[in-house]
Amino acid sequence: MIKAQGLTKRYGSTIAVDHLDFEVQPGVVTGFLGPNGAGKTTTMRLILGLDSPTSGTVTVNGRLYADVPYPLHEVGALLDAKALHPSRSAYNHLLSLAKSSRISRARVDVVLDLVGLSDVAGRPAGKFSLGMGQRLGIAAALLGDPPILMFDEPVNGLDPEGILWIRTLLKSLAMEGRTIFLSSHLMSEMAQTADQLIVVGRGRLIAADSVANVIGSGQGTVRVETPRLDDLAQVLRNAGGIITLLHNALEVSGLESKTIGELALEHHIVLHELVRQRESLEDAYFRLTEASVDFHGSNTLVSGDPQ
Amino acid sequence: MTIITHFERAALPHPDTAKGTFWAAVGAEWVKLRSVKSTVWSLLVTVVITVGLGALLCAAIVARWDHLDPFERLTFDATARSLSGIFLAQLAIGVLGVLVIGSEYTTGSIRTTFAAIPRRRTVIAAKAAVLAAVSLVVGLIGCFTAFGIGQVILQGKHVGVSLGDPRVLRAVVGGAIYLTAVAVIGFSMATVLRRTPGALAALFAVVLVLPILSNALPSPWDNNVSKLLPATAGESLFSTRAAGDILTTGHAIIVLAVWVVVTFTAAMIAVGRRDA
Repeated sequence: MIKAQGLTKRYGSTIAVDHLDFEVQPGVVTGFLGPNGAGKTTTMRLILGLDSPTSGTVTVNGRLYADVPYPLHEVGALLDAKALHPSRSAYNHLLSLAKSSRISRARVDVVLDLVGLSDVAGRPAGKFSLGMGQRLGIAAALLGDPPILMFDEPVNGLDPEGILWIRTLLKSLAMEGRTIFLSSHLMSEMAQTADQLIVVGRGRLIAADSVANVIGSGQGTVRVETPRLDDLAQVLRNAGGIITLLHNALEVSGLESKTIGELALEHHIVLHELVRQRESLEDAYFRLTEASVDFHGSNTLVSGDPQ
Repeated sequence: MTIITHFERAALPHPDTAKGTFWAAVGAEWVKLRSVKSTVWSLLVTVVITVGLGALLCAAIVARWDHLDPFERLTFDATARSLSGIFLAQLAIGVLGVLVIGSEYTTGSIRTTFAAIPRRRTVIAAKAAVLAAVSLVVGLIGCFTAFGIGQVILQGKHVGVSLGDPRVLRAVVGGAIYLTAVAVIGFSMATVLRRTPGALAALFAVVLVLPILSNALPSPWDNNVSKLLPATAGESLFSTRAAGDILTTGHAIIVLAVWVVVTFTAAMIAVGRRDA
């Protein structure tokens, strides 16, 4: 388990992490979501003791990371796949990490095999593609067979096959009872991989709940098609609905689809379509982080595309 | 679905002691040092320059021997002459010292290193220990070879000496100790500065530029300042006479030790205080 209490990190006058409180539970995949600059990477660096918090604490299985003997046996982390010497071979990179934590050479071969890099283990790690580098980082994280695994944007740069591989790996690692904590800005990826979510914005905690609850907390909208758009819009506005006029339809929030249907019948307006639209994780994420996006173009919220 | 919330794993194979983590770190640093080409090159260049330049300078003096005035012949130090490649070789071993930690900061791999061993001073001590051990061995190989070849050349004018002669063995070993000290000083500077180019500049300034500047000072300041520099101490260590008659071997060792201890202590303090 990872537990943060009042975790705060300031760099000069900028506050990167602002009084974060959260727990990452074992046995599930916990997603760490937030816009760029929300403090995700800083939080992970604080967990690993690479930076020291300005105030507050974060512990892994009840201890500060720096107090854990041979911590690779306790926490495996992939923060930056490029944080290695480019001319050292993948095998020697892993071997040096193994030596530092009294892990056997045999285990190096096991993890290389697990991530599918056995054939290229003798090549300089700096020559690896982004995807291979990411696999090497995951191999390093798994080296100590740790109960806690932490990945910062693990699917970055991976092809669809690689993404599927990571998704399956993470799920199976969680099912073994491990604590899995991964950050991503890919909402669709989170929806398929994570069970729990911790959402941050501008260093502050916005939500910490299951994926289902985060999605369910929004009201959702109803899409209505009718030949008499203006008339229906007027009726629904009078009933308290919030209307967005689309090209040939209305998007209504604040009213149930049942109510909309009944109102239309009452005013003799014919409906061609009446669809309740479930909020996606994307929508929920934008709803939650809307106030905390540091820099966004004027059309960010309209386009609905985080990329 | 049952969620397993406890992960079973094998017990740690070794107890956690400060000594245990230090030796684990030494093992890791040894793998790192031997697994990059720049290490092998720096060490090879150190030996080649020590031996090659020493032989060249011995051959040069042999060629000129008959034209030397009596004072020059009287003060000729056959041991120091055969070891004078050290003046250039110190740069190669100094570069290795800088790269051992500088490359970790440049590539960001220092974060991977510190994540594996959060006791940063243990990491720095282990790196320094591995670097010093390797530098000493390579320094000894270079110095003994340079001495052997140099004396064979000097024997052409019957001015060669042997290891059994007074203070000769001490000077040859002293040369290796000086090279080791330069490597550790470079390493410590790079740890404090966290930049490879900056640390190289600082190291070269100390071992190359300061001695030249100090010579330009008016007497007696030239000797007073020069006495405190590692290069002067080094010259004194690998000579059978006191270098420029200003530092005895005992004082030279103290000067060099102070440089190593002060820079290494600064490195240990700096590394514990900063975010990685």
